[in-house]
Amino acid sequence: MLISLARRRLIQLMATLLTNQQLMNLTSGRLYKGSAKELCAPGLNCYSCPAATLSCPLGAIQTVGGTASYGFSFYAGGFLLLLGVLWGRLACGFLCPFGLFQELLAKVPLPRKKLYAPLLYLKYLMLLVFVLGLPLFFMLTEGIGPPAFCQYICPAGTLEAALPLLLTHPEYREAAGGLFALKAAILAALLIACMSVPRFFCKALCPLGAIYGLMNPLSICRLHLDKSRCISCGACQRACPMDIDPRKQTNSPECIRCGACQNACPQQALHLGIKKRDNKKTPEFTS
Amino acid sequence: MSLGKIRYLLLLLAIGSMACGLGRGEANIILNKAARVCMECIGLG
Repeated sequence: MLISLARRRLIQLMATLLTNQQLMNLTSGRLYKGSAKELCAPGLNCYSCPAATLSCPLGAIQTVGGTASYGFSFYAGGFLLLLGVLWGRLACGFLCPFGLFQELLAKVPLPRKKLYAPLLYLKYLMLLVFVLGLPLFFMLTEGIGPPAFCQYICPAGTLEAALPLLLTHPEYREAAGGLFALKAAILAALLIACMSVPRFFCKALCPLGAIYGLMNPLSICRLHLDKSRCISCGACQRACPMDIDPRKQTNSPECIRCGACQNACPQQALHLGIKKRDNKKTPEFTS
Repeated sequence: MSLGKIRYLLLLLAIGSMACGLGRGEANIILNKAARVCMECIGLG
């Protein structure tokens, strides 16, 4: 499966539009309330965004996890496990609206920097503490748990929901205080970080990427390396937006399956798909 | 156990988990939350 950057961009745009079909709501500030919101989106997309047609899977996990007598969302958890086993972190590279937004930010011509490696583990901490731990802890102690990641961290919520809603609702603008200031500061810091470190949020903070990434090594659709073709030119490593060396870490939890390495390889040694490419030549017909 | 078997077991687990969640009405809880403005998400809650 060889997908050019232009085609991937088109898929990303289509996925963003399919997840956010109610574009007219952005001007009115009203929310879509149809039953499609029972379904989770594959990427990070706030369900309080006026344009959102689907629900955010992280929001769903926290909401159900924080509801008395539930504790864990088997529905959203099973949905993420299903996508993870099918294609690992491919949703990050192709279907996540916030991923697309970060890729567009990385077009700003600033010097590129690599992420300080220990920060890669921060997203697992986000998952354990803010997405799973705090909603469950407060549900057990106080009967109802807040969606802590949405409340204190999520920049997608600030960008897609808070900004359009504050622009269209004066009463929300008046109510905005310290918590909104914190979230706006996180968003602003992330915007700046994403300009010099491509996909900074995906690399360091995204709990959804952490869940999908854990499935990368065993997913059905995966990256295959044909060592007999590889000439170790390093083109794949230079092309990778996630700073991975696909020759050494072919199915790393950090790989978003964007296919940049595959497109950069002059020998076509990398192949994203279900099965390994068959390198055997068809025997020539001899009479 | 081979990787293939683990994958198919995980697929079954995922589908079973989704069915279990739907069975105990989680979709309704998600819809109730998503159909209203989430004050926490916009930094007002």
